[in-house]
Amino acid sequence: MDATRSQPALELEERTPQPRGVGPRARPSGGFELWSWYFMRVSGAVLLVLAVFHLLWMHFKIGLNNITFQTIVERWTGPLGPFWRTYDWALLVFALTHGMNGARWLVNDYVRHPGWNLALKGGLGVLYALLLILGSYVILTFQWPPPGARG
Amino acid sequence: MKGLYYGGPGQLAWLLHRVAGIGILLFLILHIVDIFLASFGPEVFNKLLFIYHSPVFKPLIAMLVFGVVYHALNGLRIIIIDFWPRMTVYQKPLWVGATAISLLVTLVSIVAMI
Repeated sequence: MDATRSQPALELEERTPQPRGVGPRARPSGGFELWSWYFMRVSGAVLLVLAVFHLLWMHFKIGLNNITFQTIVERWTGPLGPFWRTYDWALLVFALTHGMNGARWLVNDYVRHPGWNLALKGGLGVLYALLLILGSYVILTFQWPPPGARG
Repeated sequence: MKGLYYGGPGQLAWLLHRVAGIGILLFLILHIVDIFLASFGPEVFNKLLFIYHSPVFKPLIAMLVFGVVYHALNGLRIIIIDFWPRMTVYQKPLWVGATAISLLVTLVSIVAMI
């Protein structure tokens, strides 16, 4: 360990080029897949903040056992409502896009049959659109009590 | 599975990253649907809260906490190695650190849940 730390460059030269399949996913040469490769790293860095903070906040600040419908009402219609709706919507878009693109990579890795590959990725696309619509709808339009209930 | 990662260092890091990613995506789908159902008011939503409150699901939640923190920190390790290739030398200690922190946060979250 000490030896590698004193001479990192030498060690690296010995390791590259790497044998088949070992090491980080190769950077695609261009086009959509290169864009996708960069997106996973950029959105991953964003999610490292957004998702981990969300998880820590819900588990340690609020506490899972204290979550009720009232938690949502206070979060989205309270004084900080616009902040939380923006935060939650950003989390939705980044997490769902990152996750669905990851699922697309899995399909490309494991499903070699062209027909099934295309069908599964089509299904993922439909699911992605549907969940994005459902999630955006509730985050952006949530009101309680509902407007109709008063009249 | 030829052509994919095939033994060698980092395979466990890679496998855990992939499995955690799948688990997180499955939870995300559930979570978007359960929060969407909050549009229908407290009667519907509070009925769903057994997912978060029932002891039956606590082990799954603990696994989710580990998955999220591990995927985040190991993802950071991947970013570091991709953009600063010299850091490849430290890929193993970086992985040990990421895994240790993930286990620690998971343990604390289990204590907080009980």
